[in-house]
Amino acid sequence: MNGGGVGKPADPKEDPLLGLGSFEDFNTIDWIREKSKGRDRHQKISNKRKESLSALLLSISYAFSGWLLMLLVGLMSGAVAAGIDFMTRWLSDMKDGVCLTSFWSNHGHCCATSRQNTFLERERCPKWQSWSLLITGTSQGAFAYTVDYLMYMFWALLFAFLAVVLVRAFAPYARGSGIPEIKTILSGFRVRGYLGKGTLIIKTMALVLAVSSGLSLGKEGPLIHVACCCANILCHYFTKFRLNEAKRREALSAAVAVGLSVAFEAPIGGALFSLEDVTYYFSLKTLCRSFFAALVAVFTLHSINPSVSGHHGPFNVNFHAGWHPVELVPFILLGVFGGLWGALFIKANLAWCRTHNSTRLGRYPVIEVLLVTALTALLAFPNVYTRMSGEELISKLFDDCSLFNSSQLCGHQQPTNTSQTGTGKDVAQWPAEEGLRMASWQLALALPFKMITTIGTFGIKVPSGVFIPSMAVGAIAGRLLGVAMKQLAYYHHDWLLFRGWCSPRSECIAPALYAVVGATACLGGVTRVTVSLVVIMFELTGKREHVIPLMAAALTSKCVADIFGRVGIDEALIRLRGYPFLEPKVDLEHSSLAKDVMRPTKSDPDLVVLTQDGMTLGQVEALVTSTCFSGFPVVVSRQSKRLLGFVLRSDLLIAIDNARQWQKGVVSASQVLFRQHVPTQPPEAPPYILLRDILDLSPFTISDRTPMSITVDIFRKLGLRQCLVTRNRKLLGIITKKDTIKYMMQLANRDPNSHLK
Amino acid sequence: MSFCWGTCWTFVAAATFFALLLDAASLVNAKSFEDVRCKCICPPYRNISGHVYNRNVSQKDCNCLHIVDPMPVPGRDVEAYCLLCECKYEERSSNTIKVTIIIYLSVVGALLLYMLFLLLVDPLIRKHDAYTQPLHNEDDSEEMRPQVDSGLARGNTVLERVEGAQQRWKKQVQEQRKTVFDRHKMLS
Repeated sequence: MNGGGVGKPADPKEDPLLGLGSFEDFNTIDWIREKSKGRDRHQKISNKRKESLSALLLSISYAFSGWLLMLLVGLMSGAVAAGIDFMTRWLSDMKDGVCLTSFWSNHGHCCATSRQNTFLERERCPKWQSWSLLITGTSQGAFAYTVDYLMYMFWALLFAFLAVVLVRAFAPYARGSGIPEIKTILSGFRVRGYLGKGTLIIKTMALVLAVSSGLSLGKEGPLIHVACCCANILCHYFTKFRLNEAKRREALSAAVAVGLSVAFEAPIGGALFSLEDVTYYFSLKTLCRSFFAALVAVFTLHSINPSVSGHHGPFNVNFHAGWHPVELVPFILLGVFGGLWGALFIKANLAWCRTHNSTRLGRYPVIEVLLVTALTALLAFPNVYTRMSGEELISKLFDDCSLFNSSQLCGHQQPTNTSQTGTGKDVAQWPAEEGLRMASWQLALALPFKMITTIGTFGIKVPSGVFIPSMAVGAIAGRLLGVAMKQLAYYHHDWLLFRGWCSPRSECIAPALYAVVGATACLGGVTRVTVSLVVIMFELTGKREHVIPLMAAALTSKCVADIFGRVGIDEALIRLRGYPFLEPKVDLEHSSLAKDVMRPTKSDPDLVVLTQDGMTLGQVEALVTSTCFSGFPVVVSRQSKRLLGFVLRSDLLIAIDNARQWQKGVVSASQVLFRQHVPTQPPEAPPYILLRDILDLSPFTISDRTPMSITVDIFRKLGLRQCLVTRNRKLLGIITKKDTIKYMMQLANRDPNSHLK
Repeated sequence: MSFCWGTCWTFVAAATFFALLLDAASLVNAKSFEDVRCKCICPPYRNISGHVYNRNVSQKDCNCLHIVDPMPVPGRDVEAYCLLCECKYEERSSNTIKVTIIIYLSVVGALLLYMLFLLLVDPLIRKHDAYTQPLHNEDDSEEMRPQVDSGLARGNTVLERVEGAQQRWKKQVQEQRKTVFDRHKMLS
């Protein structure tokens, strides 16, 4: 239990003295104390309301500061996310070529302004020049292919190198997705610097570079981290949130909602995700504020980065297909696949993390990142589906066949004769020609490639997320299954299965819907969220009739994945890294009592206590400086050990400081009193120091025979920092939140010393 | 060339605010021709070849009847022809993209230059100062404390404060690096 009470204003010059990065240095906050502080302050301000106009204005601004903060968080995060979006699109197309007329345009924008008016040549785009065309003058042939290949690898390695070097040199906390650490922070711990300005800047810069380098990672997790950094930075300008750690965590939960909402342009889903997965202590007021902030953020994002009609969010989901109850079977199959993928990913990724850290590769993060990028780029270039970025791939797979979509997935063949009639949809009904067959093979090869690279990439020292790669895996699997079903329905339309609802010339099966369902299943398998995921995907597709397949797949995948492991990727990473996180959903099956877990144990020295009277200032100071506990129980006397209250270390230090500075005649021999009735002072003795004010007279106590399951529940639900154990009002010991966590780790057979030392 | 995070932060904040302002201005003004577009694709119909139409109209008017001009089929076939056509509306703000890219590249460039400065120039300047070693990992954080104290004792001028801020920031980054990279118990 290290120091770190909240009442003491943080002196910036003292920051360097607080160490970081060990279990004991994750400072706990005391929710109850923070909440009561907040209430007191609020009451004080509203009581003074009637005194003057300025007091009235102060109380109004105090009440609205929460909403104002949410507004600012939404604006800032929306703007940052829009910037990240622009930059990622531009940089990742830089690997393929440049736009001659305007350097700032990516491939899509460049071609959108091309004046190709003929139907047959609508995909040609002379303004966009690939590197081979620029360097060698031709884009056909083996030499041009090699040039393209080399340029692709060059850009990928350059971006990855820049990303890892920025992270390593300026803000090592910017690596990874950030969600496990944010979950730990939200559950009541403090990590200094994790949500600071440096981390924000570096995370933004490095995220763009990492995603553009073609690595198999996404930007959703890091966007959540970015939004939380924005919220943390903005909290400094509002006294209500700066001084109160509990309120700040409410703002951070809203920021999590904001982060996910701007990633998918789905405000409702984002708010629900924050509630379901990340936030620890949730209140309805926070839900409303999260929703408001998410709304503001999505609106900001939308106005800076307006979208194509029907295209909301990063993917272009615009199909009108329905589904038939028979198709629930393949949807549930996709759910099973998603659950298996989730279990496989979590186990494999964690095993990979554990093994590579014990090899020499773990000590050279820059080389590791470069190696992973080189391998990914080397194997990704030949296959057109792995060459494109994760978002683009998912967009292509979610896209239903239409005139605007002339990819090979729709089995399109350029009409050789202009007298052929038919719509885009008709063209897609034809049996699989070469184009579709080759596309299916390429996708089938892309699937294991994506799976392996995602397992190997998540966790390297650049900002990385796991949402988009998992969705890509699911979308590939879903699309393949959809295409297979479609071919089945075409060739065997007289089977009982398809008779009646699928005639040859009607469009009955939409592979794009299968891709969406597959993506949902895989993402659900990895993160183990259900409701929020379905809402996010529903906001992406916009069609009510898709909700049932999505729910079926999400629930199936969660059930299947839970067979292999109870927790999702974030909590698995928390366990792996040994963060002090009291898991909210794990039940205790062991039956032990509080006295088995409390400290001091039989081998420890006696509990350090202060007495109501009889201690001198010198003794108290010696006690405080010789131990590192963050609080001390105060008893009536050492013999009776009857509990009087609890005093925090920080408060004690401030009080002693004040007494030495301001109170006259105080020496080390002055008596320190916690009593209510001060005895009369003998005239020649030094004056008493009265510390009753800083004493908490109602500390939480439990009996020593309380079962641990109830104790753990108390810690979870109330957010306690420590709890005193008494028997017949006699103080026996103390249980802290970290003792509880260590106990839970022991129960789960994890070595409690495997947490950060 | 050393600047503390405060300056960097204000620069980035100002740049973001400027980008937002510029975008607001661009929203108010008329968009450039290429920024708003309606594209209609009409496939081959009877003996008429397929065609692609582009026009700069608002989202309300982005349909076959407004865009396909001149209409290649006589009046009674217009409806059938238009059923085959598909129209899509696109909008973007190229000014904002340009500004964002410029800001981003300059910030990345500044960070890289600063890093090169720290790696190459700083050790040369500080050769006389035996304490500081900017980017090497120190295993013992106890040694850093006397540095900080001596640094703080030096004075309160602006330069000294910048020095102090830079020292604090370096210490923080070192701690972070130690946590993330060196302690192999904190895996990955």
